[in-house]
Amino acid sequence: MLTVYIMGKGYRVPEGLTIMKAMEYAGYRLVRGCGCRGGYCGACATVYRLPGDYRLYADLACQTTVQDGMYIAQLPSTPAERADYQLSQVAPRGEALLALYPELARCVACNTCTRSCPQKLEVMDAVQAALRGDIRQVAELTFDCVQCGLCAMRCPAEIAHYHVWQLARRLCGAYLTPRAQHLARRVAEVESGAFDAELDRLMGMGKDELAKAYQARDIEP
Amino acid sequence: MATYPKEMQESIVQVEATRPQRMKARFPRLSLAEQEALLRGFHPDYKEGGKRPLQVGPSQGELVPHEVADLLEAYPLLDPREVDLSKVDYDVDVLVIGGGGAGTVAALWACEAGIPADRILIATKLRHGDSNSMMAQGGIQAADKPHDSPAIHYLDVIGGGHFAGDPKLVRALVQDGPMIIRWHEALGVMYDKGPDGTMITIHGGGTSRKRMHSAKDYTGMEIMRVLRDEARSRGIPVLEFSPAVELLTDVHGQVAGAVLWNLETEEYLIVRAKATVLATGGWGRLHIQGFPTTNHYGATADGLVLAYRVGAKLRDLDSVQYHPTGAAYPEQLVGLLITEKVRGLDAQPVNRDGELFVHPLEPRDVESAAFIRECMPLEQGGRGRGVVTPTGMVGVWLDTPMVDMIHGKGTFQRALSSIWRMYVRFDIDPTREPILVYPSLHYQNGGVAIDENGWTGIPGLFAGGEVEGGVHGKNRLMGNSLLDYNVFGRRAGLAAAAWAKDARVGRLTLAHVKRYVEQLKAAAVPKERRAPLLLPDYRGERVLARMVDLL
Repeated sequence: MLTVYIMGKGYRVPEGLTIMKAMEYAGYRLVRGCGCRGGYCGACATVYRLPGDYRLYADLACQTTVQDGMYIAQLPSTPAERADYQLSQVAPRGEALLALYPELARCVACNTCTRSCPQKLEVMDAVQAALRGDIRQVAELTFDCVQCGLCAMRCPAEIAHYHVWQLARRLCGAYLTPRAQHLARRVAEVESGAFDAELDRLMGMGKDELAKAYQARDIEP
Repeated sequence: MATYPKEMQESIVQVEATRPQRMKARFPRLSLAEQEALLRGFHPDYKEGGKRPLQVGPSQGELVPHEVADLLEAYPLLDPREVDLSKVDYDVDVLVIGGGGAGTVAALWACEAGIPADRILIATKLRHGDSNSMMAQGGIQAADKPHDSPAIHYLDVIGGGHFAGDPKLVRALVQDGPMIIRWHEALGVMYDKGPDGTMITIHGGGTSRKRMHSAKDYTGMEIMRVLRDEARSRGIPVLEFSPAVELLTDVHGQVAGAVLWNLETEEYLIVRAKATVLATGGWGRLHIQGFPTTNHYGATADGLVLAYRVGAKLRDLDSVQYHPTGAAYPEQLVGLLITEKVRGLDAQPVNRDGELFVHPLEPRDVESAAFIRECMPLEQGGRGRGVVTPTGMVGVWLDTPMVDMIHGKGTFQRALSSIWRMYVRFDIDPTREPILVYPSLHYQNGGVAIDENGWTGIPGLFAGGEVEGGVHGKNRLMGNSLLDYNVFGRRAGLAAAAWAKDARVGRLTLAHVKRYVEQLKAAAVPKERRAPLLLPDYRGERVLARMVDLL
């Protein structure tokens, strides 16, 4: 057993639990600060301190193991502002990000965002790429972002990083990447009814006939 | 790195020893008869005593897991006499219950169909986007390559579901697939593509063509966050931390909104709506038969409960999907999803002696049954060749180093970055050491019966996504759930918008709840059983034993 301080209050919990499971063991029935429990949704942003260490650490409660003497506080939500835009009206030019999120220019390159990222992304590099107008690089650097908001809460320049990244990725996906030609062709074929007769035939089959057709499928190597 | 305990490391030596031989091996696929025998012997769905027939309601007599029957045969949380239905808090055209993938898609298409954004309301239990949709890793199927077709996809779906799916729903799924992917492309989803824009597609379990589209191994997260961002751009209102605890009907018997409950202030809210879309997701957090789950915190089958009380029929709830590869070690990761894409990229499942014992990409239920047989002790009829962890979990190896050995160094970290990150946090490098896996409760194969437009058969009530059933029969294939929530979320949203244009809502009632309570009483259902569950309870036993309600 070890001791953790949940919002300043000490509890004895078994070793090896995640912060989230330790809070539940201690008696918390979580409403906020708990979502997918698997490291994808960013609901469980948590800051903590360790005994004898002045640093403030940031991580996801569902992916971090408790340590003896840990002081834990969860962030119930991040009040960061998202710019108002319609994707179709944003030109995928370099200055788009800075125009909608001018606070990017306030970056002092302190690297606190990178140090607070539970996904270990190069967050400050992405800020610099955004300032240079390199949308594709922003999108690539931030693809694994779970939008937990920890960078935004720690940033002295008050940048809403994860909202900027979202816009960059959408611009990259929609405009800076070639559309799939085979996909456009297939959509047109479906619309023209090219597969209707075959689907009608399959829908009319009894179970035995279907089972035979299923077994006889050729499987792409 | 050497974080595995000694006994497990000894087994890894065996895995490494057989690897050169296995790299060349092709394990034969099972025939339908062999699959059937394996399922009957080892799949949890076939275990005696796991289910019971429903005693009340429109699907009386249907077999469902006890955990589900206990929620369907349960009294309401809310006393209908305590609710004032004359004071409406939100009056909208379309109410969408659930803020995951299906709900967001339904709201977007209702908006597209002409319902103004401020006449739509998404009500959700946790935050907008907190859902299984966010957690899906491996991919989404759609037959868009030249050598593939919706008809071939149809055959894979219907056969993979053991010929139990509804042909109309399967057709809708496969026919809409390419259009959905193109919609995502236009919204800015960053699919994995070649330099000329060609989609990079691979196999999933039970597919006969490589039609699995992905966005690294964050496919679900990438699609969900784009859809959510689009909903925000359009200004569709979302009420978070406000689950529905009961549907409302009007005096004509049509569904006309819902009673929500604010999880934080504990007050109820009345939503009157001309059309209601149920998009509440599945049941993983019921931990059926004690299995760990890959699902998000809110997957508690609330939608099944609400729909059943209002008279909707349920189907195929006798079949539970266990994902073959849930994490089995370390303890902190137990149950979490290890995407099928790992096997799609040629990692093999092997037992403690390093033997490959099943084709890596059988349909999910068959693959899971093979893993369970491998791990089950000899005296219980299994093969007893699983690997036991220090906490008593058992599992088989997934030989992850094969991914880079076959596809080149760096592939794993690039294509499976979420899995890589998950393990490196615990000092296990999956590009050098195998990882231990065991089946984990993953998906609700069945659900509320719908037609091809997402209509439940109850006037005013539509459903899309994991809450509905009939698309996947008795077993869903990988990559068809992301497609399902897009196809049927869209169809339900469009149908709800069309219905809302003509619908007139009369006086609101909870008469259906009162009627259902009478049936529960007649069937002598124990008084203490309450539903919906809303959230699972993971508090420690010592705390629960001393808990008192003072405030």
